[in-house]
Order: sequence, then C-alpha cells, then structure tokens
Amino acid sequence: MAMTKDNIEELIKQSIPDAKVTIEDLRGDGDHYSAIVVSKSFDGKSMIQQHKMVYESLKGKMGNELHALELKTKSE
Amino acid sequence: MNENILDVTESINNEIKTNSVVLYMKGSVAFPMCGFSAATVQILTSLGVKFSSVNVLDNEKIREGIKKFSNWPTIPQLYVKEEFIGGCDIVKEMYESGELLELLKSKGIEVNPS
Repeated sequence: MAMTKDNIEELIKQSIPDAKVTIEDLRGDGDHYSAIVVSKSFDGKSMIQQHKMVYESLKGKMGNELHALELKTKSE
Repeated sequence: MNENILDVTESINNEIKTNSVVLYMKGSVAFPMCGFSAATVQILTSLGVKFSSVNVLDNEKIREGIKKFSNWPTIPQLYVKEEFIGGCDIVKEMYESGELLELLKSKGIEVNPS
C-alpha cells in the first residue's frame, strides 16, 4: 500500500518531534516523494547519520512501501 | 550468523576490499535500471573515476545483504576504500559541494573531471 504525504510527515515527527518537514509528491503514485527535513537534532551529525535518522523514523517502510524518497536534511 | 549471511558479507567485503570505488546499483553502467542508480553513475563518470559496479538485480542475496551490511535501506550504495559514502542523495549533494572530489583525492583515487 502506497504512502500519503501525511503518513510520511507523521512518522518522521513521531521520532523527530521538532522536525519541520516539506514533502513533494514527485509522481502522484504515492511511491516517489522528495522531502526536506529540518531539525536541531541533526546538529553535529554526518549526512549519513542524519539520513539514517529519517529512514529509521519511517520504521522499515523506506525501500518497501516507500520506493523512492529524495531526501535533504538540515539542522536549521 | 547462518552460513548464508556469512557468504554474502564475505563477498561484499571482498568486493569493497579489492576495488577502491564500488557502486552497488540496479542494472549496469551501460543499462542502469533506476533513475537514482543512473544519476550516481553519471556523477562518477563526470568525475572520470574508475569504479566497479555490482548489479544487485542479478543477486537477491546481495540486494538484501548490502542493505544490512551498511544499515542503509536503499540502492544505489557507493563505497570508497571500503567506506560507505552514501546513496544517490548524499553522493549528489557531495558532488555539488565539491566534497566528493575532495574525498576521492584525499583517498588517493585518480580522478579526471570532465
């Protein structure tokens, strides 16, 4: 089952409460999104660690229900 | 760890040890089968860096094993001198900031940006 923008945003915010999340649906198929996630908790972390935090917040959906997520992370 | 996982981990370790730059991708360099894999190939080609590519679509065990190996849920995955660098997003961002070229040079890898 594909995911909605709200699903993605909600999951991310559950794990990263202060996150500001901007999501774009790239193809309208619920499978290809781009997201910008801004959170203070990314401070001092490498890009890989920041992206892993977002992937972990999606609780296994990344690469499964969610086929593609173009991701940009920032600390402010 | 059952014998299966050991084989996959061993073959991944072997691949990234024997090749300085390895791209685990969907499809081949000539025929990438996914936009993210194609974009990553293009970045490496434009930097003129020699790299070994592994088509995960040829081997389901590698396709799943590489995700556990790096604790990263998607393909493509780039490795430089045995270190996991990132997927398409990170490689693209590092390329655009010049960080990727610096990383390759700092690891003594020959580059020839076009």
